[in-house]
Amino acid sequence: MLPPILTALLIMTGIALALGAALGYAAVHFKVEGNPLVEQIDAILPQTQCGQCGYPGCKPYAEAIASGEAETNLCTPGGDDGARTLAELLGREFKPLAAGAVVEKPKAVALIDEASCIGCTLCIQACPVDAIVGAARQMHTVVSKLCTGCELCLPPCPVDCIALVEEPRTPQNWKWKYPATGLRVVA
Amino acid sequence: MIARLFSFRGGIRPDSHKKESSGAPIRPVPLPARLVVPLIQSSRGGARPIVTVGDKVLKGQCIGEAEGKTGTAIHAPTSGTVSEIGRYPMAHPSGLESPAIVITPDGEERWIAHEPLDLATASRDELILRIQASGIVGMGGATFPSHIKIGKDSTIETLVINGAECEPWITCDDRLMRERAADVVRGAMILRRLNGARRVLVGIEDNKPEAIAAMSAAARARMDTEDADGGARIDIVTVPTRYPAGGERQLVRVLTGIEIPANRIAGDFGVQCFNAGTAHAVCRALVHGEAMVARIVTVTGDVERPGNYEVPLGFPVADLLALCGVRPGVDRVLMGGPMMGFTLPKLDAPITKGSNCIIAASPGLFPPAPPEQPCIRCGRCARACPAGIQPFDLYWFSRSRNFDKAGEYHIFDCIECGCCAYVCPAHIPLVDYFRFAKSEIRARDEERRAASQARARFEFHTFRLEREKAEKAARLAAKAAETRASLSAAAKADAAEQNVAPPPPKPPT
Repeated sequence: MLPPILTALLIMTGIALALGAALGYAAVHFKVEGNPLVEQIDAILPQTQCGQCGYPGCKPYAEAIASGEAETNLCTPGGDDGARTLAELLGREFKPLAAGAVVEKPKAVALIDEASCIGCTLCIQACPVDAIVGAARQMHTVVSKLCTGCELCLPPCPVDCIALVEEPRTPQNWKWKYPATGLRVVA
Repeated sequence: MIARLFSFRGGIRPDSHKKESSGAPIRPVPLPARLVVPLIQSSRGGARPIVTVGDKVLKGQCIGEAEGKTGTAIHAPTSGTVSEIGRYPMAHPSGLESPAIVITPDGEERWIAHEPLDLATASRDELILRIQASGIVGMGGATFPSHIKIGKDSTIETLVINGAECEPWITCDDRLMRERAADVVRGAMILRRLNGARRVLVGIEDNKPEAIAAMSAAARARMDTEDADGGARIDIVTVPTRYPAGGERQLVRVLTGIEIPANRIAGDFGVQCFNAGTAHAVCRALVHGEAMVARIVTVTGDVERPGNYEVPLGFPVADLLALCGVRPGVDRVLMGGPMMGFTLPKLDAPITKGSNCIIAASPGLFPPAPPEQPCIRCGRCARACPAGIQPFDLYWFSRSRNFDKAGEYHIFDCIECGCCAYVCPAHIPLVDYFRFAKSEIRARDEERRAASQARARFEFHTFRLEREKAEKAARLAAKAAETRASLSAAAKADAAEQNVAPPPPKPPT
């Protein structure tokens, strides 16, 4: 019969080895690919891929926020609402967008004036979502259903033939207003 | 006959106000200076114009071809000239403009040659195609294309014809069933043949005894004379007057006892429901070869001559009101009934396939709503709700823009019948809140869909750029290796040449 001290040591060592093996197995087989926080942040960002935050797209910005190197208030299309949601998710303090950056723009899509287009393909290369079709020295056109309105195609155009047009109001995208409450006359 | 009636939950009994307009027979209207026929007149897609400005058209001639599988055709409501194809205000709460074809009538009302189908020989597909080509949509107001509904391949046991017309003030289906019962029954039997139902139930509220009598006589006559129906029965069933008994789910419940769950449709339970007006239109289209060019509209409220009028589609509402003599004091005009209708933002909007009623509202008849007071959670709205949801909860969520929660509490089961707002002691415009929340949720879902599409496209874009870069690098590396190889080969060859004697020069050729 072993002395009690050795029994205890053996039992403790056994438990430690078993748990260590379990943890080691889990670390290999249940490894989480990528940072799940990035996915959550990316889901909040508006996916315009406009680069106004200083990063080359929404995913890179999400990665920068997750690693702590970027602030949560850089996304202009997301607006203050987006910044607030991000701050809530990360438990950071809410910071409003930099002054002058908040421009609540209605949703717009790029439109190429096809008569002026010279077919230089520069806008095609600039489009982050491949929403412009065309070929060299052929007229280009924007697939408006896919356009995010990021405006990245505007600066490269040498003939300034791209303009952003507001989405037309249709019965499908028309919204009911918040019910107006009549003022109560008290005197 | 059916053994017994069932009851739906909730509901209200508002003053019916049917007497004002139900007395006089359906009257025709004189042609206006122009008819503005919108290209979109159904809830699922529109039509593509096939005429150009200056074309002469005949009454019933197709001027807009059905777009895609879900579209429905539109037809010239009278003979005349196409004077414009442009954008005009539509009969919609937004007052937005939609593409429309303007026809200047020539006053002759010349019909295009009627081409009725031979019902005995025509196949099911032919009949359904004709329903689409005749531009038939649900006439109860929802304007769902009938060819889609009837073309579904579900097994149907019971066809329900909705003649309940539960909404106050409206009497167009009442007059239609009184005066054209034979055609309604005939249309119902054609629909029955198309969906294969074994019985037809026509539900009519008990405040329309004349319509019930006329429809019963027509049904008896049909069953006595026609033996083509394969022994299928058509029964006229009197249902108790309780708003909204004319809602599809409510009427199906009352007549068959089936309670259709959320996110399912009546067809899943072997029932299909069509409005009496739709059955009539099907009969006109298939038996008489007349496309849908007019509908019966109730004009009522504060007007001199209330009643039901057979109005060509595209007839401006303002002209219709002028015809009926608007009394002074009318401050707004409702399209549809007072419960589910909406205030028309512009009176030059045209009558379309779904416009069943025009009400000239004055503060005397429709007093302005008293100011909204705080909700005290009395629960009356929940007891009145026929959809079985909790309006007071949804009210809090909609009001605070907590849309996730509103969705969780099934806001999309709300049929916007207005029972909750009607009974609310605090005069809260509950339906307005729900409409607001629903449209916000729809817009948000659309945004999310667009965002996830943009995300996928951006990811592919980055992947593509990297792939191209890698391919280019690989190509360059291969090229470099090739050049290196050929250079070293050349160097070797040179070295060999110096060791060995040069080959004899080639003889000149």
